[in-house]
Amino acid sequence: MKRMNTRSNFDNNLKHLKEMLLKMAGISEQAIKDAMLALLNQDLELANRVINGDNAIDDLEQEIHEKALMLIATESPVARDLRRINVALKVSSEVERMGDMAVNIAKSVVHIGEEKYIKEIVDIPQMMEAALEMVTDSITAFYTEDITIAQKCAEKDDAVDNMFGNLVHELMTYIPQNPNSMNQIIQLSFICRFIERIADHSTNIAENVIYQETGKRLNLNK
Amino acid sequence: MSTQTLTRDIFDVKDLNLWYGEHHALKGINFPIQKKEVTAMIGPSGCGKSTFLKTLNLMNKMIPNVRITGEVNFDGENILNPKTDLVELRKHVGMVFQKGNPFPQSIYDNVAYGPRIHGIKKRTHLDEIVTKALIDVALWDEVKDRLHAPALGLSGGQQQRLCIARALATKPDVLLMDEPTSALDPISTLKIEELILELKEKYTIVIVTHNMQQAARVSDKTAFFLMGELIEVDLTPNIFSMPKDSRTEDYITGRFG
Repeated sequence: MKRMNTRSNFDNNLKHLKEMLLKMAGISEQAIKDAMLALLNQDLELANRVINGDNAIDDLEQEIHEKALMLIATESPVARDLRRINVALKVSSEVERMGDMAVNIAKSVVHIGEEKYIKEIVDIPQMMEAALEMVTDSITAFYTEDITIAQKCAEKDDAVDNMFGNLVHELMTYIPQNPNSMNQIIQLSFICRFIERIADHSTNIAENVIYQETGKRLNLNK
Repeated sequence: MSTQTLTRDIFDVKDLNLWYGEHHALKGINFPIQKKEVTAMIGPSGCGKSTFLKTLNLMNKMIPNVRITGEVNFDGENILNPKTDLVELRKHVGMVFQKGNPFPQSIYDNVAYGPRIHGIKKRTHLDEIVTKALIDVALWDEVKDRLHAPALGLSGGQQQRLCIARALATKPDVLLMDEPTSALDPISTLKIEELILELKEKYTIVIVTHNMQQAARVSDKTAFFLMGELIEVDLTPNIFSMPKDSRTEDYITGRFG
């Protein structure tokens, strides 16, 4: 069949929507990395920058929602086009929540302040690296519309969940010897929880990519 | 022609082929159509959807050089059989066209036209039929005080609803609609769409439309035609969310011309 590009404007707008999301994901990813650096170096100034930088992510989410609604209103999308827009809306909310998790980590860093750590901070960054890998995978899967990357991303979630369980268990064992560091132990446990949530948001993105490409809704976050 | 069948299919089309001279306009169509459902047919111009529609009441039999093979079983009888009584067939399978085309007569006489042809003469009986048909198409309140005024004085949307009433007056089982709203403004279009949803309680409706959103809104099943072939037929939500054939997806998402 002879093809002509009958919807080039719509296609450009869909591409633009995707690029906006990529930009938003990039800012969230950087916020997570900065929050982790702030934790490692007890860099309160960097932590505060992360907290104050969240507005940019929220603004981008709003812009994406407005553009998506405008495309629905003006282009009457169906089938894969409609799923693409629907998924863009959902993914933007997941990315926004990732940004919130970065802020939460940064706030915990501020709460711990300059108090000397009760243990060497090694395992938490490892867990964070695993979660960040999932973030990268999920966003790559979204951008490239590749379900094999999405599936690979979701498979990594169990490892992060296990790290979370082990780390919190370990942190609890520090309580008897460090009764005066309860705040720090609680904040570090919170941080582990926030990282685990980042991994969950990545899995949700992966599920959305699979839905976009296959029309099937899977629950990979078990 | 009895309308009572054991199956829910009112039409069962088997290996239907149609040629206009040398042009092969319908190619091996197999298509059961269920009772009291709205079936929408979509596809680019020249794909065969209107030809298919017109085959269901043999409107295209009058065109010179038409050759039709296969079976079009209506209520268990193959209407391609030369013995088919066309007047009787069209009493059961009514048709509404692109643009309202009332006769240059009164509103009343337009609706009474079909029943009169079928031998109904008694005034009270005709009054009853006309009233019921006009109520069914939600036109009664708008015209009840001017039933004997010229039908051509009605608005475009009203004329189209009058034509639907005219088709309903012979108590058909099936209503064929060939782009019934393409000449109407958006509000008149929505009125016809509302009407289609109400009429499907009593009638089987087959509609050809270029308006994809209309097909999505009013039909239970959607069939996609392309170059004389029936590419895909499925429940309408499936066609507009996850069509099985990539050609269907390309068409409904507007990606080819």
